[in-house]
Amino acid sequence: MSLIATLARLEAVATGRAQPTATVRHRRLSQRPLVFVPLTTAGEAGAPLGALVGTDRDAPRLLVVPQPRDRDLRFAFLAELADVVLPYIDSYADAVEAAERNETDPETGKRVKVEVELCADAPQLIVPSRAGVDYVRLLGRSMRFRRTAEQDPQTPYPAPPRVPLLGRWLTHFGERSRVPGSALLQAVTELLGRHWATGQSSLEDQHLGALLAWIDPPAGETGAQAALRAELARDADGQLLCPPAGPATDPAFDNKLLAPAIERYDRARTALAAAQDGLQADDLLGALTAAEGEIRALVSSRMLPTWDAVWRGLDLLRSLPEGAHVEERWTRDRWSFTGHRDRVVAGEPPQPRRDDAVTAANKLATREREQARLEAQEALDDPLVMAARRLAGEAFAGEVVDVVMAYGEGKRPSPRPLVTVRTEDLPHLAERAKVYRSLGGKPQAAEFVRWAAEGDAGRADGGHGAGGAGLLVLRIVDKMGRGKEPEAGSVPEKGDRLCFTLFEHEQRGGAKLPDPEETPWTHGGPPGEQTPEAPDSVTQEDLL
Amino acid sequence: MSTEAAFDPGTAATRATDAILRDTLHGTARGVVVDSPPGAGKSTLVVRAALELADAGRSLMVVAQTNAQVDDLVERLARKNPELPVGRLHSSDADPYDKALDRLANVRKSAKAAELAGLPVVISTAAKWAHVKVDEPWRHAIVDEAYQMRSDGLLAVAGLFERALFVGDPGQLDPFSIVGGEQWAGLSYDPSASAVSTLLAHNPQLPQHRLPVSWRLPASAAPLVSDAFYPYTPFRSGTDHGDRLLSFAVPSDGSGVDRVIDEAAESGWGLLELPARHTPRTDPEAVRAVATVVRRLLDRGGAALADGSPDPTPLTAGRVAVGTAHRDQAAAVRAALTELGVADVTVDTANRLQGMEFDVTVILHPLSGRPDATAFHLETGRLCVLASRHRHACVVVCRAGVGDLLDEYPSTEPVQLGTLVKFPDGWEANHAVLAHLAEHRVPWRP
Repeated sequence: MSLIATLARLEAVATGRAQPTATVRHRRLSQRPLVFVPLTTAGEAGAPLGALVGTDRDAPRLLVVPQPRDRDLRFAFLAELADVVLPYIDSYADAVEAAERNETDPETGKRVKVEVELCADAPQLIVPSRAGVDYVRLLGRSMRFRRTAEQDPQTPYPAPPRVPLLGRWLTHFGERSRVPGSALLQAVTELLGRHWATGQSSLEDQHLGALLAWIDPPAGETGAQAALRAELARDADGQLLCPPAGPATDPAFDNKLLAPAIERYDRARTALAAAQDGLQADDLLGALTAAEGEIRALVSSRMLPTWDAVWRGLDLLRSLPEGAHVEERWTRDRWSFTGHRDRVVAGEPPQPRRDDAVTAANKLATREREQARLEAQEALDDPLVMAARRLAGEAFAGEVVDVVMAYGEGKRPSPRPLVTVRTEDLPHLAERAKVYRSLGGKPQAAEFVRWAAEGDAGRADGGHGAGGAGLLVLRIVDKMGRGKEPEAGSVPEKGDRLCFTLFEHEQRGGAKLPDPEETPWTHGGPPGEQTPEAPDSVTQEDLL
Repeated sequence: MSTEAAFDPGTAATRATDAILRDTLHGTARGVVVDSPPGAGKSTLVVRAALELADAGRSLMVVAQTNAQVDDLVERLARKNPELPVGRLHSSDADPYDKALDRLANVRKSAKAAELAGLPVVISTAAKWAHVKVDEPWRHAIVDEAYQMRSDGLLAVAGLFERALFVGDPGQLDPFSIVGGEQWAGLSYDPSASAVSTLLAHNPQLPQHRLPVSWRLPASAAPLVSDAFYPYTPFRSGTDHGDRLLSFAVPSDGSGVDRVIDEAAESGWGLLELPARHTPRTDPEAVRAVATVVRRLLDRGGAALADGSPDPTPLTAGRVAVGTAHRDQAAAVRAALTELGVADVTVDTANRLQGMEFDVTVILHPLSGRPDATAFHLETGRLCVLASRHRHACVVVCRAGVGDLLDEYPSTEPVQLGTLVKFPDGWEANHAVLAHLAEHRVPWRP
């Protein structure tokens, strides 16, 4: 945690209110996000209990599995979920714009520009918490290798149509969410935690109710009081007033309310199956419907507060203006969405269970590059984030007090002006360190020359003294045009307030890795012929 | 005891080196792996292997991890054999290599691999090699600091060579990534794991060797470092007690700082213990204590006598280093040293001190003043690097209470299926070092 984040948390404790750690919103929020609030069953991985899902905050679609261990009911739930999610995704697939992409020409081996489609916008999935993101990934993994009767008439337990497709999309969303700065799938707790610092630990921040209590406490209450209530307060029956955002449920709810209700449902089902005649069956069906209705009401009552909290969180986030580089990162999300759309359309098999060596290395390289890019862009977009970097010695701001024209050595002398900057920051500048400032959105590089000696108001100790401002001399080295004289506006002028960073603003692309079929001997050699992966085998646990 | 007495470090080291060179030059395996503890002559081995491979007429590429390491290797090669043409492949940035290389007649420098084609030896960093494309692979490669290279780094360069010698120190800092790689944990080719672990997972039959003697670490340090960080692959120091002496012309003024210096000069270790306290990372008192120790080390006219040389070497600023866990701590120490008028002392983090050596090191304990013990601060390699850079003595500056802190924070990292559990873990290693340092403790209240 940076010093400034620690300070913000201390201030939150002192004032009883979360403190902003950003002045702009650093993540894209879609105009029409699909909010997904899932609940899972205790004791079995990936057994959904219910979900609220939809794009209209006033009309969530309620999906409930009255007996989570019943595979038919589970499939029915997943099919219903697919009926909500897939049309939403499809609604973004058709609106496209023309774009260009660099591709390697298979014949000449040269890089050429290719005209391609890029989806004009992309779908966005919002879940309450980080555990919800993991749950999306888990659902995707459990569905994408299923086979429908249409795909494979021999499959022993065919999945309803479109369930495997939903699995592939959820897997894509889950995988994309691992890329820093991406916004296709986001957790509200993470989004809020990025923009506000509360007076509690980051572990406690994963409780959506407590987090909102700190950011927007009810009148007359401090964040700490409200958060404590959100976490612990229970009604006369011992139920939490603010149910956890899931997907896990509160054990008191499971034991006292859910388990008896499921038991009644099971009894009603058994009785119906044993019905002697039509008249009796009618009555028993009524009892079964009532039992199912009871479970639906129970599950819905645990999810609705979370549903409302998610939208409240989105409202809070929307109150911040969007950061300047957010659009650029969203474009990358659109590329990612378009790419997967194309793979689905082309009839490619589902994503493999495990990445091969080259894919894994490429993904890691991409994520590292995106992480560095995100950190740089957030700082450039937001003075509060830049303040944290300045405090950490990774950037400095100051006033230009002197500019001396100088020229580089070489046959054609190019301008290398020396700029003296007075700063109160304490950057960790090594000898000849490169620093960068934003010049019309592009980074201009300079080289650290020295801490200036006592000139007018500088310090004689050469920099890091206690208190006061320091003078440092920089040599601007690029972005001044090709001529002998620098282009107008490309060299700082006396009196300018500038901010230089020690980190680069843009990321270079990494080295190209070998193709998977050329995996070297150190990494096990080529993975061999790609065969579509077999569906998951049916285990005993599948047939409880 | 008789076996101990019969142990001759020189013979043992020669035997190990011969076996390595035999496997490298005449073996049939595509790779040879050499584990080297701190200061065991890894660079010497790399240079020797490079010269013998070049002699045998095998085209050789050398992969190191940093530009400093590359430049150092080029210089060592040129010193050993000034006639050998060596290619230094460098990046196209400004100042891509050490200007000292310009004085070496047989070193050709270029940013393009094609311009160095045909030279018997070409040296560059892993990052630069990753951009090189060739039709004909090199017959042999030497990968230096292979344990600090990431698996994906090796993936990018492994197509460039047919066979390779991998050399590195398994006890130093593992490579890291700035994003999580848990998704691939347990896979044999986990891209964030070390190059050697991937290599051996796929090629378990490769011959593995170990250098048995540390020439850098004094007899006072080798047993501790070996026990704490290499419990299953012990090594010895090449010198004995009394072979190295550190003395000071100016006697102690009785202060805690001077007493800890004397303790370290006498026993090889000194622990300057500040009162227990939770502090920010750049603990001003501890930082000042580190700077004061350095100042006194230089002021007291230290002289180091080593390895049979009759004349002591004066302990100058260039022979002293300060090691910290974080960069801001290093910056704070640098600032404090500037205030005390000390210049030219190397101050850096464990990551950057890897592979370097000094007469005396002063280290700020990674856990000093912390309220918690995170995986970063507990990492075995971090403490190992900091505690194994010295030829004579090491002074550790630390707040009291680290033992309790360790007991309150046992390792809680999730265990991933299929990954090798690293042993000793940081908790164990930290306790071993603390227990040893406790015998050389000098309490001090600034």
